[in-house]
Amino acid sequence: MMIPVLLGVAFLIFAIMSFTPGDPAAIILGAQATPEAIQELREKLGLNQPFLSRFFYYIKGVVTRFDFGTSYINGRNVQDEILMRFGYTFRVALLSMAFALGFGVPLGITAAVHRNTWKDSVSMTVALLGISMPTFWFGQMMSIVFALKLGLFPASGVGGIRFYILPCLTVSMMGIAAMARMTRSSMLEVIRSDYITTARAKGQEERKIIYNHALRNALIPVVTQAGATFGILLGGTLVAETVFSIPGLGSYMITSINSRDYPAIQGSVIFIAAIFGVVMLLVDILYTVIDPRIRAEFSKGGK
Amino acid sequence: MNLQKESKTLSSQTANRQSMTAIMLRRLKKNKTAMGGLFILTFMMVIAIFGPLIAPYSYTETDLFHTFGLPSLLHPFGTDELGRDIMSRLIIGSRASMKIGFLSMAGASVVGIMLGSICGYFGGKVDAVIMRFMDVFQALPPLILAIAICAALGPGLNNCILAIIISNIPGFVRITRASVLNIRRMEYLEAATAINCSTTRIIVKHILPNALSPLIVQITMGVANAIISASAMSFIGLGVQPPNPEWGAMLSAGRSYIRNYPHMVTFSGIMIMLTVLSLNMLGDGLRDALDPKLKS
Repeated sequence: MMIPVLLGVAFLIFAIMSFTPGDPAAIILGAQATPEAIQELREKLGLNQPFLSRFFYYIKGVVTRFDFGTSYINGRNVQDEILMRFGYTFRVALLSMAFALGFGVPLGITAAVHRNTWKDSVSMTVALLGISMPTFWFGQMMSIVFALKLGLFPASGVGGIRFYILPCLTVSMMGIAAMARMTRSSMLEVIRSDYITTARAKGQEERKIIYNHALRNALIPVVTQAGATFGILLGGTLVAETVFSIPGLGSYMITSINSRDYPAIQGSVIFIAAIFGVVMLLVDILYTVIDPRIRAEFSKGGK
Repeated sequence: MNLQKESKTLSSQTANRQSMTAIMLRRLKKNKTAMGGLFILTFMMVIAIFGPLIAPYSYTETDLFHTFGLPSLLHPFGTDELGRDIMSRLIIGSRASMKIGFLSMAGASVVGIMLGSICGYFGGKVDAVIMRFMDVFQALPPLILAIAICAALGPGLNNCILAIIISNIPGFVRITRASVLNIRRMEYLEAATAINCSTTRIIVKHILPNALSPLIVQITMGVANAIISASAMSFIGLGVQPPNPEWGAMLSAGRSYIRNYPHMVTFSGIMIMLTVLSLNMLGDGLRDALDPKLKS
């Protein structure tokens, strides 16, 4: 299922980039280029071939040689650049996701268990603020306070673990908030059900009721949300890279967009779609781990 | 006698039907968070609508003798690197954000609801084809899709709106499709088909009103997300172009000076946050008010 979708994404992006006004050959050669030189380069780049055959060659290159083409601007291989920068982006996104799960889910559980108490209102207010703050602004505020005023962490650049703390805190804020909200509403739904009452009636420990009985059944919507949240965090990371001057995929995309470097934009977007696709696949696999009913359905269907 | 009784039950039924919306509104009115959100939102909309009348200065007027002014009585939010009054720019900038937020959700919801009801009602091949398209669009996180589209179309307010519309359509299609699929099984639809209602009439008059509640919540929260995405895109230079004021673009312009003049970036962020917060508060309230499980 993932492969046709990825092909679709590649086609979509390729089509968008191809039908955009602006001749790549003219962009590469600059303003002083003669029409003959432009024509020659168009021939060399294969731009005079029909759209579909260009798409076919592009996909063939990506699949067989992992070749995303070369940048129009500096002539470097797009795939090398992506692989070099991808690590930064992915580390920030992954760490933020870990924060989102590690803080967001417990926050949501606490809020649901202590419904209508101060714990609930405090955590839900924080969560509401969290989903309402633009990541890039929160990042700037964090760097003003923690980097420029208090001098605790570096404000920008990359290096050791200390450089990752501010970006990850910034990006994860929205994730923590989203996860907390989802966990709370999902837990509230489950806590009302009969088997929780049964578990209480038979004298089960409250802690076990919450974690073994309620949470387990509340997890499915939470995992779905986690997949979507990872997408949001990935988007947030791309923007936050500008704030913290991280040389990741986001800053690569933005520089490429500003210089109309289409192979670079194309490559990064397809690459991100692939990563996101893998994450969504992991989410689907997680479903079967969490919920034996889904697993049963799968094995039945397989027979 | 019999007739009277019948008219009585009839009128009580109409009263009941009216009260569904009334119940929702009553619940909403009791919800302090939602009302707070509505209040802030109204305030922001008034600012946006009457912006040019309220703004104390022109948003383009530069004053090179008073650059980087800290907040003062003359300039409550200070001045920027060209001596322009930040408060006036924020007020005018709210128009762009509001426009993007509401127009893009209007566009996305109309297209999305249309496609979604077609998918849900007809099913079969049409459904399969449309949903595969939606899969492709959803293979990218919404903000990244919007950035990619905007990159191709070129920066600007209208392209930004279009990009956000496209990236939000799949969500609406899915929600509408799911509710329509549920409603299609109901008996009153069979009745409507039996009395020979046209398909359009069935969808518009019988299905959509009953599928509306999740959509209303989605639209409210969607405006909030659209405003955040739009400011993020302006921040990275793809949305509204300078010198036109926009909150995200102002944040980006103030970035170079945050070390010494943090006030330049503080207030525009607060404006974004207040607007988005108000919409989310209202959306939460609407969700609770429309939730049939909470009927009491």
